[in-house]
Amino acid sequence: MAWFTFPADNLLCRCLGISITVWFTLLFVFIIMPAVLGVSFGIRSFYMRTLLKIFEWATLRMELGAKEKNQELYKPYTNGIIAKEPPSSLQQEIQELRGSANSLRSEPEFEMADIFYFCRRGVESIVDDEVTKRFSAQELKSWNLLTRSNYNFRHISLRLTVLWGLGILIRYGVLLPLRLRSYLSEKVHLMCYRICVRALTAIITYHNRENKPKNGGICVANHTTPIDVIILANDGCYSLVGQVHGGLMGMVQRAMVKSSSHIWFERSEVKDRHLVAKRLGDHVADKTKQPILVFPEGTCINNTSVMMFKKGSFEIGCTVYPVAIKYDPRFGDAFWNSSKFGMVSYLLRMMSSWAIVCSVWYLPPMNREEGEDAVQFANRVKAAIAAQGGLVDLIWDGGLKRAKVKDVFKEEQQKLYSKVLVGDSEDQMEDKRSEDGTPEGDESSKDPAEGQ
Amino acid sequence: MGSRASTLLREEEIEEIKKETGFSHSQITRLYSRFTSLDKGENGTLSREDFQRIPELAINPLGDRIINAFFPEGEDQVNFRGFMRTLAHFRPIEDNEKSKNPTASEPLNSRTNKLLFAFRLYDLDRDDKISRDELLQVLRMMVGVNISDEQLGSIADRTIQEADTNGDNSISFNEFIKVLEKVDVEQKMSIRFLH
Repeated sequence: MAWFTFPADNLLCRCLGISITVWFTLLFVFIIMPAVLGVSFGIRSFYMRTLLKIFEWATLRMELGAKEKNQELYKPYTNGIIAKEPPSSLQQEIQELRGSANSLRSEPEFEMADIFYFCRRGVESIVDDEVTKRFSAQELKSWNLLTRSNYNFRHISLRLTVLWGLGILIRYGVLLPLRLRSYLSEKVHLMCYRICVRALTAIITYHNRENKPKNGGICVANHTTPIDVIILANDGCYSLVGQVHGGLMGMVQRAMVKSSSHIWFERSEVKDRHLVAKRLGDHVADKTKQPILVFPEGTCINNTSVMMFKKGSFEIGCTVYPVAIKYDPRFGDAFWNSSKFGMVSYLLRMMSSWAIVCSVWYLPPMNREEGEDAVQFANRVKAAIAAQGGLVDLIWDGGLKRAKVKDVFKEEQQKLYSKVLVGDSEDQMEDKRSEDGTPEGDESSKDPAEGQ
Repeated sequence: MGSRASTLLREEEIEEIKKETGFSHSQITRLYSRFTSLDKGENGTLSREDFQRIPELAINPLGDRIINAFFPEGEDQVNFRGFMRTLAHFRPIEDNEKSKNPTASEPLNSRTNKLLFAFRLYDLDRDDKISRDELLQVLRMMVGVNISDEQLGSIADRTIQEADTNGDNSISFNEFIKVLEKVDVEQKMSIRFLH
C-alpha cells in the first residue's frame, strides 16, 4: 500500500500547490489591486444578473414539481394572511357597530356588541401584526438556493438538488475562503473598507451623492445590520457612535479608534443622556471633524420598515443628513437577528451568501424648523427615509424587540373608548349642534401607519 | 430560519385541520408559519407570554380576555390544532357551506358559534352566565380609569335590565343572542383570510 500512496501524495501536493498559487494570483489581481486603485471590473453586476436568472429558474422548477405532485407550494406569511380594512378610528367603528343594532337612544351608551370591535382587532393582530414580523428575516418569493431561506424542500427535484449542491460547493469552497483571506488582510482605512466591500461581494449603488454628509453634521440612517457601517464608510469617512462592546466587536472598535476619532461610550455613560449629548455636540461643533454616523432606531430591523427614531441625536441642533439603505433580499438576507445569531455566525452567513446587494440614497440635508420639537423633527426625517427606501413608516419602538410595550398605549385606547361611552363635554356640545351624526375630529385619532 | 423547515406540517394533519376548521391548504400553511414565528420557545405550543409579546395585542384593552379564549380550561399551552380551532371562529360564513351537510355538526364559524365566542369573553368564570360583577369587570377593562364606579355601575345595571328576560339578574347565552339579533355578527366577527 505504501508504494501506492507516494505518487498519489506527490500528485496531490502538486495539485494543491498549483491551485493555491492560482487562487492567490486571482485574489491579488481581481480583489486587492482594484480595491487599492478603486477600479471596478463590472464582473459583479454580471454575476448578479446570472444569479437572478438561476433563482427564477429554480423557483419555476419547484413550482412545476409541486404541480406534478398535486400539492401546493408553501407560501410565506409575510406576504399577507389577511385583508385588513383601512384603519379607521375607534369611534367610527363603534358607531358602525351600533348603527346596525338599530339603537333608539340618541345619547352614546354602552352596547354589548361593542366587544366585537376589540375582539376582531385583537384576533387580527394575533394573525398578522405590524411589529413582530419586523424582527425576523424577510421571506422570499423565489428561492435563492440557500437552505436557510427555503421551506419547500420537499418539491426539489434531482436537477435542483444538483444545482443546490453546486451552489454549496461554490459558496463554501470558493467564496467563503476567498472572503476570509481578504477580510483578514486589510490595514488601511478607506482601502480597508473597500476590501471589506469586495470581500462580501457587496454591490452597492449610491444615489444622489451630491447630498453626501459634510463635516459638522450628523448622518442618520435606518439600521439593518452592522454591515450598514461598512456600506456607508465605503463612500466617505464617518465618526461612529456606540457602546463599547466586548469580544470581536470590542477589538474592532479599539482598532478603529486608532485611525480616526470615534465616540465610544461605556454602558454606564449611555444612561447619562446629557453627557452623551455634550460629547456629540462638541464633536459636531468642531468643523474639522468628520460627520457622525448614528442609527436612531437603536437596534437592527429587518429592512421592511423604519421604526421609531430616538430623539437624542435630533436634539443637538445641527444639520441632519438622512440616508436610506435598502438591501435586496434575493441575494442573501443582510438582517442581523441578534437574538438568534451571534456576531461570528452572522458574519459567516454573510460571507457565504451569494452577495450583498443594496441601494443607498443620500437625502437632502434637513434642519429642525421653528416650533418643531425633537420628536417631530425625528418623525419628519424618518418619514423621508421611509419614503425614499420604500419602507413602511412605523411609530412603534424598535426596542419592542426585547422589551414589552408601555402601558400608556393601552390607556390611550381605554380613554378613546370611554369617550364613546359617556362622551366628554366638547363632544356632547357638538352632538347637540350637528344633527346628521357624522363624528367630527376623528382625523386626530387616525392610525398614522400607512402603506400597508 | 432553516430550523423551521424541519417542523413542517404533515399532510395528514393539514387534511384533518381542513376538515375541522374549513381553512384552505395554503391558509393553513401560512397560519402555521405565523404560529411558529410566535413560538419563541420552539416547542410546538404557545404560552400566554408568546401572545403578550405582540404589541398591538398588548395594548388592546381586552387583550387578556382574547388570549384566554385560546386556552382550554385550566391549561397553559395551546398547540397548533387549538390555535386553528379558535381562529376558525373568525372565518367568514360562506353560503355554500350552509347547504352542504345538514347532519354534520355546526361549523365553527357559524353565527351561533361566533356569538358564543363573544359571550365567553364576558363570562369570566365560564358558568354560562354573565353576572353583574363580570360585566362590571369587563367594562372596567375597556374604559380603564376614565369612568367612575357609579357611572359604570349604572351602565351595567341598565344593560342587564334590558337583556335579562327571566329575572335572574344575569345574562344567559340565549338572552345574549336575543340582544344581538339585529347586529351583523357575520361581518363584524369575521376576518378576511387571503387565499
